[in-house]
Amino acid sequence: MAGKGKNELLHDHNHDGIDRRGFLKCMAWAGTGAFCVMSGGVLRSYSMSRLAELDPKEIAGELSFAQISDSHMGFNKAANPDVAGTLKAAVDKINGLSVEPEFVLHTGDISHLSKPEEFDAVEQILRAAKPQEVFYVPGEHDVLNDDGQQFRERFGKGSKGAGWYSFDKKGVHFIGLVNVMNLKAGGLGSLGHEQLEWLEDDVKHLKNSTPVVVFAHIPLWSVYPEWGWGTEDSAQALSYLKKFGSVTVLNGHIHQTMQKVEGNVTFHTAASTAFPQPAPGKADSPGPMKVPAEQLKSVLGITGVNFVRGKQALGVVDATLE
Amino acid sequence: MMRRSVSVAVFTAFVVLGIAATGAKTLVAGGQQKPQSAEVKIDNFSFGPAAITVSSGSTVTWTNRDDIPHTVVSADDPKAFKSKVLDTDEKFSFTFTKPGTYAYFCSIHPKMTGKVIVQ
Repeated sequence: MAGKGKNELLHDHNHDGIDRRGFLKCMAWAGTGAFCVMSGGVLRSYSMSRLAELDPKEIAGELSFAQISDSHMGFNKAANPDVAGTLKAAVDKINGLSVEPEFVLHTGDISHLSKPEEFDAVEQILRAAKPQEVFYVPGEHDVLNDDGQQFRERFGKGSKGAGWYSFDKKGVHFIGLVNVMNLKAGGLGSLGHEQLEWLEDDVKHLKNSTPVVVFAHIPLWSVYPEWGWGTEDSAQALSYLKKFGSVTVLNGHIHQTMQKVEGNVTFHTAASTAFPQPAPGKADSPGPMKVPAEQLKSVLGITGVNFVRGKQALGVVDATLE
Repeated sequence: MMRRSVSVAVFTAFVVLGIAATGAKTLVAGGQQKPQSAEVKIDNFSFGPAAITVSSGSTVTWTNRDDIPHTVVSADDPKAFKSKVLDTDEKFSFTFTKPGTYAYFCSIHPKMTGKVIVQ
């Protein structure tokens, strides 16, 4: 959390049972591995270490998927000289989940320098994942030098504009957005007019009861604008989603897990599979954070998401690579 | 033999530094219009110095010293200059031939901004 008052949930606006205390209780697990479930309007959080004791029925749903992010293939500096190894560990973690995910979302920064061999390496490693379907959105590291042309050719078949798209799985509507293109000097992430118009049209005909999952690289909430951790026109995008009872927003970019609940929207950022970054404002810059080698896997991770019909929000689980 | 070549290298470095220092003085005085070379370092997600003044015809070289790639891109439309992505220790140079103020930024991390003032 940025620690700014406006970013904290102070009231239970829509009587969904998530008050600030409940939210902070959930936050207390962030970074160590958390499992948060909204069930019957009550937020419950569990430590990852207790997951084995839980009744699988309690955590299973009709749809499960995994999110990975920021694999930065090609990065080889001190913060992690083996990003291929830690991505493989993330795949092992996905393959070991008690509820097998149906697909994987990758929320960008697949590569470090947009090199073809970096994209190749990620695709090859992900082939070992049990879920064979992977949905991507680009990070700023994936669209270097060619405005994302290579990314779209590889990962964005059938997508619109700079690579945005939507799809449906078991009654849940998924929307992949691109907020890393045409960034302005001094600015934040940006969706742009054309994408916003598409989004408004895309959700217009959906029933209000449709659960919606939005995924994009840069957070769609103001995590820490001083480091560019936000999207300048995200409020407009979210205004199109107000009518829905359940909206889950999944992002990457900041290489650490964070959650915020605001009205009908649950925001969540995933850990990186490559290297950690400092908490907002806790360092001179958001550059890679070097931790002792034996601790690295405790600050990298994957995210699992469960959808249970009839519940107001999706259950989001963060697991470290340990 | 080895020792001698090291001392020659050190001496050369001092001479180069001396020239660079003279160039810096000229910059402060601002009176001379001789083309110069100027350096901007990228450290900790910032351009240093963030603003630099050079005379027309000068070449500015940016060096990325971060663990993370950056770019150097003109904020003007049309863009006066645009680097390829610079990985760690990579450089980009541009020669400024027209006086004016050139705002620029890193297109990957747009909070990083700087300017070159050409006199």
